[in-house]
Amino acid sequence: MKKFITVRGPFYSFLMSRKVLMVSMLLFFVMLAAIVLSVGMGSVRIGVMDTISALFGQAKDSSHQVIIFNLRLPRIVVAMLVGAALAVSGAILQGMIRNPLASPDIIGISGGATLGAVIYFYFFAETASIHMLPIGAVLGAFISTFVIYLMAWKKGVSPLKLVLIGIGMNAAFTSITYMLLISAPFVLAQKSLTFMTGSIYGTSWQNDVLPLLPWVLILMPAAMLYARHVNVQELGDDVAAGVGSSVQKHRLVLLILAVGLAGAAVAIGGAIAFIGLMAPHIARRLVGPAFGGVLPVSALIGALLLLLADFIGRTMFTPLDIPAGVFTAIIGAPFFVYLLYRHRKS
Amino acid sequence: MIAMETKDLSLAYGDALIFDELNFAIPKGEITVFVGSNGCGKSTLLRSLARLIKPKDGTVLLDGSEIAKLSTKEVARRLAILPQGPIAPEGLTVLQLIKQGRYPYQSWLRQWSQEDEDMVKQALEATSMTPFAERTVDSLSGGQRQRAWIALTLAQGTDTILLDEPTTYLDLTHQIDVLDLLYELNERENRTIIMVLHDINLACRYAHHMVAIKDNRIWAAGKPEEIVNAELMSSVFGMECVISQDPLFGTPMVIPHGRGRKPLEE
Repeated sequence: MKKFITVRGPFYSFLMSRKVLMVSMLLFFVMLAAIVLSVGMGSVRIGVMDTISALFGQAKDSSHQVIIFNLRLPRIVVAMLVGAALAVSGAILQGMIRNPLASPDIIGISGGATLGAVIYFYFFAETASIHMLPIGAVLGAFISTFVIYLMAWKKGVSPLKLVLIGIGMNAAFTSITYMLLISAPFVLAQKSLTFMTGSIYGTSWQNDVLPLLPWVLILMPAAMLYARHVNVQELGDDVAAGVGSSVQKHRLVLLILAVGLAGAAVAIGGAIAFIGLMAPHIARRLVGPAFGGVLPVSALIGALLLLLADFIGRTMFTPLDIPAGVFTAIIGAPFFVYLLYRHRKS
Repeated sequence: MIAMETKDLSLAYGDALIFDELNFAIPKGEITVFVGSNGCGKSTLLRSLARLIKPKDGTVLLDGSEIAKLSTKEVARRLAILPQGPIAPEGLTVLQLIKQGRYPYQSWLRQWSQEDEDMVKQALEATSMTPFAERTVDSLSGGQRQRAWIALTLAQGTDTILLDEPTTYLDLTHQIDVLDLLYELNERENRTIIMVLHDINLACRYAHHMVAIKDNRIWAAGKPEEIVNAELMSSVFGMECVISQDPLFGTPMVIPHGRGRKPLEE
C-alpha cells in the first residue's frame, strides 16, 4: 500500500499521509465515544441510547434535553475547543522553537494571560462586566509576549533566546500575579485562584463557546496554511533561510497564531497546564514530526485530554467539582519529568 | 565563466570588521574550496555568499545579478547552501527531509507537483539514498546523514551548491564518500560547488580552484598546484611543512613538521 495520497489538479497539488488520515479518523471516533460517555454521566445519569437520541433532538425525557444541551454539552464543547487550542499553540511553539519542552504555559504566554485576567479581577471586577474577563486575558497574553519578543530581539529573534527570556518573564508574571492575589480581598483571591488552576465549570453557549469559536475556527486553519514554514524552521534558521523562507517574518506570524490560540483558550478555560506540552508530543509519536500531520492530530489529542480531565473532575468526586487543570497537571508533571529525562543527553 | 562574484564586499560581526572591500570571483562549473585556519572567517564568507549574513557594504553577484535584489525564494532556486552540522528533528524520515528542498517552488495551493516528486526522486538516486527514503534521519550513520542533507540541496535544483565543512565529524571513509559524491555532481551535472574544507590535502585533491584566507583578506587564489607551497602554509596556517606530491593524484600534499616518532632513524 502506498504511504501517501497525492491530489493534483491544473493549479493545485497536495500530498497527504495515509498514516495521518488513519490516526485522525481513529481519534475522531474515540472522541465521539468520549462525548457520548461524558454527556451521559453526571449527577443525573442518562443511558447511552437515550444520550444518543437526545443528541439528535429525540429525547424521551425533556429534562434530559435541558441537562444535555444547556449544561453538559457547552461544557464539553468548551473543553474540546480549549484543549485543541492549547495543543495547537504548543505544537506551533515546539516546531518554531525547535525545543520539545516549549509550550504556552512554559514560555510565559499563559502566565501573561493569567496576569491579565487577575489584573482584571483586581481593578475592574466591580465596575466592568464579567464578559470583559476574556479580553483582559487575551490582552495580557499579547502584551506579555510582545514584551518577551522585544527583549529577545537582536536583528531577529533566535528561538533559544525567546524560550529563555520567556521562562524568565513567566516567573516575573507569576510573582506579580501572586502579589496581586495576596493584596486582594478574599473573594477575589479565590476567584483568581480557580482561574489560575484552570477550570471550565458553569460554561454556556453564549458566554464561552461563542467567544472562543471564531478564534479556533480562524487561527487553526491559518496555522495549517503555515505548516510548510514550520517544517523548514524545524531544520534550523540557516537551512530555512537557505531554501528561501523569510524566517523572521514567518516566526512572528507563527508566534501571533500561537499567542492568539493560547490567549483565547486561557481566557475561557483559565491557565490549564501541560496540555500544550503533552498533546504535540503524543502527536509526533503517532505520526512523526511533519507539521501537516502534527497539527490536526495534536488538536484532536488536546481536545480529548481536556475532555477526559474535565470528565474525571466532574464525575469522580461528586458532589465536588474538581477543576480540570488539577488533572492535566497530575498527568502533565510526571510527563514533563519524563521528557527531561529522555532528552538529558541532547 | 563566473558563477559568483563579490564587489567591495565588507562583512562585520557586531562592530568588528571581518572583511573589508573584498573583490573576488568564483569560476562556474568548478569546485572551489575555501581554506584557512580556525576563525579566519571562511565560514562567514561562505554564509555571506549565500545571503545568510547581510553585508555591511558592497554586493554579492550570482550569475551577474545582485543577490540582495533578488527575492529570497528566487535565490533559493539558483543557489543552495548546506550549513555546518545541521540537525533534523527527531523522527523525520529521509524523504520528509529531502522534500523540504522543494520549498522555494511551492505555494499554498501547489504543495506537491509532479516536478517536486521527480526532483526528490532524482535527488534520492543521485545520492544513493533511495533504499533509505523511509528511514528516520537520526537512525542513519554520519555519512548517510550527510548524503541525505546533500540530497535536500539537490532537490532545490540549483546550479550552485555551497557547503560549510560538509565532512566535519565524519571518519575518513565517509569524508571521501561525501567528497566523491560532490565531485561526481560537478563532473556529471556541471554544478558549481563552493565549500569550506578543513583538511588541506583533501582540499588540494578535490578543488579546481582554491581560496586561501588569512588576516581578513584573500591571501591567495588559484589552482592548488599553483598556490600551495611551503611559504603559503607558513603564512596562512602558521605551520612549517614540506610539500610533497599525492602519489595517487599528483596534487600537492602537505606534510607538517612538528614532533613524532621516526622509526627509520631508530
